[in-house]
Amino acid sequence: MTDFTAPDAVVETIESVQQELGRWTGKSIPRKEDRRLLKGQGQFVDDAWMFRQGYVHFLRSPHGHANIRSIDTTKAEAVPGVYATMTGAEMAEQCEPFFRIAPDPAARIEEYPLALKARFQGDAVAVVLAETRELARDAAELIEVDYEPLPAVVDAVRAADPRSPVLHEEIGSNLAWHGIYDYGDIDWALENADHVVRIDRLHFHRFSSTPLECQGALVNWDPGTDQIEILSNIQFPMFATQVLGPSLGVGQDQLLWRYQDSGGAFGNKIAMYPQIAALALISRKAGRPAKWTEYRSEHMLSCGMGNERTFLDIEVPVMRDGTILGFRMRAFDDAGAYLHYEPLGAVIWSQVVPGCYRFKHVNVDYTETLTNKCPTVPNRGYSRLQHLWMIERLVDTVAHELEFDPVQLRKLNYVQPEDYPYETPNGCIYDSGDLPLTLDKALALIDYPSARERQRSVASSGAGKRIGIGIGSTLDSGTNNFGQARIINPDLPFSGNGEAATVRLDLYGEIFCTLGSSPTGQGHETTAAQVVADILGASPADVRVHAGFNKEHGAYVGFSGTYASQFAVTGINAAIGAARLLRAEIATVAAAALQCEGADIQLEAGVASYRGDGERAIPLIGIANLVYANNAELPPEVADGVSLNCRYVYRPPFQVPDPVTKRGNLTLTYAVQIHACVIELDEQTGQVRILDYGAVDDCGNRINPQIVEGQVHGATGLGVGAALYEAFNYSEAGQLLNASFYDYHAVTALDVPAIKTDHLESPSPFTPNGAKGMGEGGGAPLATICSAIQDALGPGAELVSDSHNPPERVWRLLRSTGARGVEVQTR
Amino acid sequence: MSSDAAAIHAVEVTINGERYERPALARQLLVHFLRDTLGLRGTHIGCDTGNCGACTVICDGRLTKSCMLLAAQADGCEITTVEGLAPARGDLTPLQAAFNAEHGVQCGYCTPGMLMSASFLLERNPNPSEHEIRRGLKGNICRCTGYENIVRAVQSAARAAAAATAKGNS
Repeated sequence: MTDFTAPDAVVETIESVQQELGRWTGKSIPRKEDRRLLKGQGQFVDDAWMFRQGYVHFLRSPHGHANIRSIDTTKAEAVPGVYATMTGAEMAEQCEPFFRIAPDPAARIEEYPLALKARFQGDAVAVVLAETRELARDAAELIEVDYEPLPAVVDAVRAADPRSPVLHEEIGSNLAWHGIYDYGDIDWALENADHVVRIDRLHFHRFSSTPLECQGALVNWDPGTDQIEILSNIQFPMFATQVLGPSLGVGQDQLLWRYQDSGGAFGNKIAMYPQIAALALISRKAGRPAKWTEYRSEHMLSCGMGNERTFLDIEVPVMRDGTILGFRMRAFDDAGAYLHYEPLGAVIWSQVVPGCYRFKHVNVDYTETLTNKCPTVPNRGYSRLQHLWMIERLVDTVAHELEFDPVQLRKLNYVQPEDYPYETPNGCIYDSGDLPLTLDKALALIDYPSARERQRSVASSGAGKRIGIGIGSTLDSGTNNFGQARIINPDLPFSGNGEAATVRLDLYGEIFCTLGSSPTGQGHETTAAQVVADILGASPADVRVHAGFNKEHGAYVGFSGTYASQFAVTGINAAIGAARLLRAEIATVAAAALQCEGADIQLEAGVASYRGDGERAIPLIGIANLVYANNAELPPEVADGVSLNCRYVYRPPFQVPDPVTKRGNLTLTYAVQIHACVIELDEQTGQVRILDYGAVDDCGNRINPQIVEGQVHGATGLGVGAALYEAFNYSEAGQLLNASFYDYHAVTALDVPAIKTDHLESPSPFTPNGAKGMGEGGGAPLATICSAIQDALGPGAELVSDSHNPPERVWRLLRSTGARGVEVQTR
Repeated sequence: MSSDAAAIHAVEVTINGERYERPALARQLLVHFLRDTLGLRGTHIGCDTGNCGACTVICDGRLTKSCMLLAAQADGCEITTVEGLAPARGDLTPLQAAFNAEHGVQCGYCTPGMLMSASFLLERNPNPSEHEIRRGLKGNICRCTGYENIVRAVQSAARAAAAATAKGNS
């Protein structure tokens, strides 16, 4: 039963919202969207079809770096069934360069839908539209491109060297962004510490989540209406629309985005706007809808990859009792060839400056450079997993080098339960949690004392095996404050965040909800139905949540999409707000119909009644009838004040960060995961086998625990893959060496271990529903497995300095007798 | 574009019990024949190289990646796709219901192929161990679930089938 005190009670206090949730919210109800997906009835982008559509094929550069002397499309155009071709030069004449996030000098880069110079293997230089997919591909092969190959640079640190080849001549260097983040007093800390641990280099490798469904779009630039209909699995449509409108010279209202189901995204499908722009322009030229479905090899070459980062000259001041004071380092991030979402990564990491730890003194000299590699895109844990991995390596290394117990050292340095809300050195506010307890639960999952016992017995058995035990963590900062973009570029017109939803009553009393999110497997139809059902005294089965994103639903703001662990906060609280607006309207109409006060209306099982009196009641169909089709029955002041079409925008409380000091609250919530694992290392082969794996998450109030657990499993699977199997490797000439699932080993069911899970629920004091976003815990396995390998290698071994550890690297570490990559200075 | 590639073959197949006869280009893949020619779009494409298993169907009793077979090679075959598991508007099969109950579906893109491999496995091994399930699904890549709940779903379906059999025998 749902009671409410005033018909217009929408402005929620945190307490009042949480009291209204509980019958359905917090329960593991099976997902509503599964039925169609299990029957093969999902509507994915390649399932879409339009009358007169043609198929697009992008011709992509085989070179890592090359000038284009000329392109001749004559032979391709002569093929019967080819509708149109376009080159980069032709497109550049018909649109404006894309909006740029970077400040000068990188702001001078002018990028168009197709390249005018090839800057990575896979850079699209021409496009064909033809009657069939095969014909488009064949015709593209007939396009003659005269390339002048150029030397390439594929390393972010080398790219910063003025002697390296320059990708974008107009900026005179390969610098995408540079800035210094300086908090506390690192010089003081290094001078006054009892020990200083120095690490030469850590390297976080390139990989991506490679969603099983590749990118795709079907675009029709309608010559009659001049509207551009875009069916696409892009995951942040409202970012793309803000880029594309000015570039294509059309109004935002002319860009009509729509999609139903998306086969995973993980951040990788955020930056599809160049391809969509190319499809729009060739659709206009040919007067036909243009359909493109990315091939897997095309995806691997050009969709986008996660940030690769190199950390140099790391210095860590440590006190005698194990207190770690902070760190200093230089970071070089590899943006790849274009800045499609970068250099946002150059600030996003600073949402988690000290990781889980109470470090006070931090100095990071951060450089992002352009290289002849596929452009970087967000990838599950975007820009933070690199930093958090580095921090866990630091803590782990301090424990090893100074012979602290790795568990006790972490507990000593963690932010403590009584510290929350905890302000980090750069002004971010960690909302809630209990890290020592979270770690204890993770250790319990792997039976830590027994694992240590096993480690000793295996070591003494002489069987050529070693056991290692690892610990890692990830902070999943969710609901970001877009104002942090101004730390990158003070001129950017972004700040805050938010999301929209509508909840409506249709003509016969049907409850339905539309969302601004673009879900890619997170179960938004289910979790939104759970909260709406609670507010409206209904069952989730009675709440239809319309699938996918559709701009014409009107449930959007500039931030709409699915990314950065925020739906549980932004999208869900938008749905809650819209449901409360609708409930207030229902009460107003019911009060008029039942001749009572709105405060006396109760809403339960599709019926509004006077204080639960079944004799004095009106069903939702009656309410809808009065508003939609029978309004002369209503007093005018009631009829004029309701629509039963309620839209609500949830806006988190943010202020604009200070771009000069680089301080501010950059994200609203901080979910945490702590992982622990036991590995067996084969001394002969370097093969790592995971014997036991535990993951504990704390994401505040869980809306659907089973969905949360599924996210933990999934993030862990991808993290295990990255740690042991998955890496994108380039040759010096910029050739990608593993551009298919043959060579890039996406983990299988045999590679991912059984995953044990546990949880805490530390409600966020900053969100109405106490939830925290939590989809991005993918970083923890990288730190956890590196920690376990280091543990197995034992005292005096070389530092595990790379996030990716295939057997050959572990084999070399086992046999290394040279520089260890780490040294300790003790006063 | 040689003349061989442009050659057209008449392909006759039985899919989910229904007989189809359609022309196919010599180089048309079975998966494109299913999706584009016949409109059976529950079978998905994830990799083009036979690694990911999104296109898995059962062809003449063999688990088959339909991107690894030409449509012309399937001439005369009997094929089951995901659409053949449960009626379009009817109840889920016990295996599908187990995927729902155990949250073995996230984005749903690998799901049709995963279901074909899992049902093929359970048909031959009604009581598989966890390792046997993982081996049986190793040709199907899922990027969302970490496989944990998929394995649980198959275990749950196997248990339910065993319980139903025991009940039937008692």
